[in-house]
Amino acid sequence: MQTPGKTMALTLSDVTIRLSGRVLLSVSATVMPGDVLTIMGPSGAGKSALLAYIGGFLDPAFVASGAVLLGEDDLIGLPPQQRHTGILFQDPLLFPHLSVGGNIVFAIPEAIRGRDVRRRLAEEALDEVGLGGFFDRDPETLSGGQKARVALQRVLLSQPRLLLLDEPFSKLDMALRQQTRELVFAKARSAGLPTILVTHDRADADAAGGAFIHIGAETQS
Amino acid sequence: MKSALHPHIGTGVTVVLCLPVLAGLAGTLLPAFGYLPALGGTQVTFQHFEALAAQPHILRSALISLAAGLTSTFVALVVVATFVAGFAGTRPFAFIQHLLSPLLAVPHAASAFAIAFLIAPSGFLLRIISPVLTGFTRPPDWLIPNDSLGLSMISGLVAKEIPFLLLVMLAALPQLPVANARRLMTALGFNRVSGFAIALWPLLYRQVRLPVFAVLVYSTSVVDVSMILGPQLPPTLPVRIAHWLADDDIGARFLASAGAVLQLALGLLAIAIWIGVERLGRICHRRLSSSGKRLGDDRLLRLAAASVMATSAAFIFIGLGLLALWSIAGLWPFPDRLPTNLTFKTWERALETLAAPLATTIAIALLSSLVALAIAIGLLSRSGHRSADRWLPVFLPLLVPEITFVFGLQILAAMAGLSPSIATVAALHLVFVLPYVLLSLGPPWRALDRRYEQIASGLGKSPLAILVTIRLPMLLRACLTAFAVGFAVSVSLYLPTVLIGAGRVTTITTEAVALSSGGDRRVIGVYALLQALLPFLGFLIASLVPQLLFRHRRAMRI
Repeated sequence: MQTPGKTMALTLSDVTIRLSGRVLLSVSATVMPGDVLTIMGPSGAGKSALLAYIGGFLDPAFVASGAVLLGEDDLIGLPPQQRHTGILFQDPLLFPHLSVGGNIVFAIPEAIRGRDVRRRLAEEALDEVGLGGFFDRDPETLSGGQKARVALQRVLLSQPRLLLLDEPFSKLDMALRQQTRELVFAKARSAGLPTILVTHDRADADAAGGAFIHIGAETQS
Repeated sequence: MKSALHPHIGTGVTVVLCLPVLAGLAGTLLPAFGYLPALGGTQVTFQHFEALAAQPHILRSALISLAAGLTSTFVALVVVATFVAGFAGTRPFAFIQHLLSPLLAVPHAASAFAIAFLIAPSGFLLRIISPVLTGFTRPPDWLIPNDSLGLSMISGLVAKEIPFLLLVMLAALPQLPVANARRLMTALGFNRVSGFAIALWPLLYRQVRLPVFAVLVYSTSVVDVSMILGPQLPPTLPVRIAHWLADDDIGARFLASAGAVLQLALGLLAIAIWIGVERLGRICHRRLSSSGKRLGDDRLLRLAAASVMATSAAFIFIGLGLLALWSIAGLWPFPDRLPTNLTFKTWERALETLAAPLATTIAIALLSSLVALAIAIGLLSRSGHRSADRWLPVFLPLLVPEITFVFGLQILAAMAGLSPSIATVAALHLVFVLPYVLLSLGPPWRALDRRYEQIASGLGKSPLAILVTIRLPMLLRACLTAFAVGFAVSVSLYLPTVLIGAGRVTTITTEAVALSSGGDRRVIGVYALLQALLPFLGFLIASLVPQLLFRHRRAMRI
């Protein structure tokens, strides 16, 4: 896993997203390594579109402009696979045709070679979140909370340069949500990843404890 | 996934699917007007049309084709629409749907034989009631099948069109607010059928319109079913064109070419009449909608639709059973219901001559459907989530009567010096196989949650790696099903195989249809049964492989 020293700050500079000519949102912000920027707003306000723009898979229906800088690099010029943006969605979206461990091995960068090495890394990662011995399990047999933890470890082992969280806790029940939230933020902090969280849950924002941007309020009312 | 890539699929589809059709049409049209340098035709003339007009009963042949196409399509559409309206979302619906889906895979020729074995004067239906009810001890001298009005042919076409139209409507239904509309219309006091007709039919029909046109054109120009079940004195227009094409006389080529132009005109006329019927239907629909009529009880109507659906399926299933029985029948005199003894002699004799065409059939089907699958995956992965399968180019090979452009392709192939081979036949099959493969793979391709790929690209995977490690494994079942559909289409193709194969490439299908005039039921039984079973092999593989590969992955089993 990466050490905080290697990571860089994420800067959104005049990032504007339009849908059929209408400006949905316009954001400028800097997120330091290990910090969380929370973006709150009602659904349809373009929160997910912002993450899609940063990740490199914005639907062509949207028009976006502005720079997304990681340190000095502008991510927008890079193809999605070279941006290394770790994403967590509402659903864990574990690849159903792979085993639990297979999902994590899939994410480990190619540079780490050797079947045994890669498997051991994945097993350690599972162990870390209380899923030791789950390597060969079918993802479908896991509970919602277990799946969420596998999805988190999958993202972290891919050595991302930033983390994008698209309401990743909204489908978990209350007790689990609290627990998972803490785990995710702790991991992001220890990995020193600049993180953007979009949510419409105030409690998510409070738990994140970072800067806070509210969007889409005027257009909504 | 960038929008700049979109034009590629447009040209890709157009080239792969439209070019052969247009080139073939040109190759057909020119000789009809006398231009075919290879055969000494260099000046424009109308004499071939005059020769065509001078053919005995040519108008009757054309009108029978037109009437059979329109009637069978109309009957099949009304039955399926009434059934869908009356039963969508109920248990009988699911039952009949499961009963009918396998029939889609049965080739036209095999199902035509199945029906012939059932309804012929010496067929099974008459044997059941003879001699007790009929007094017949010998088969009566009825002209069935091959009746001069084409009724046997129409019933054969209806039986085969019903499963296709049902499948097409099933694919469109999830996009319609079926449950909500039913609740609303029931609350307003409409019965199921009329409520569905008023609230949903226009939406549904809009989505199935192109496939309906394809059915219409197909049944107006069908050759194999018509040879087996259709009238013989005179035969239908497409059958006569096929005969002229097989004629060694060079002049017959020009005649066939002129006939193909007539066939094309007939197809256009059929579509024009159909559009007229649509207009009429729209007016009736408007009247019905604004009249407020509730149309009372629809139980009888629903029952009738379900019965026709079930009967047509039963006919083909029982007929297939009869094919099997005849293939092992020893002595089976009329009016005995079952053969006196069973023997494998027919199979033993047939197997020697059968092995080569069987291998050829499988080779062509494998080749064309695998290439089609690869092309379809290529096209879909470039087009992203645009619904390419709604495009006209995809349907073009299905909307133009095959005899009118395959003939031209045959001439072009001969001019290019291509001799008939498994490769040329497979290449031509591709034109017909690809649309069905695209239609089959398109919906599951677009239904896959795109976030899986977004996650994978966030994990640093290239688009190709994502295609190979995420999308294709997740869509394995859909890919194999599309492959099996393509395989079934290729196995069932008769006319394109005969024309491009030119007698040198024979398949189970060409052999089976060629046997139809001979009338040896035992041998026909062997060939038609094998033809019917081959497609199931593809579907069997398509369902077993994912079952086996993903036996430890619950979400991958449906």
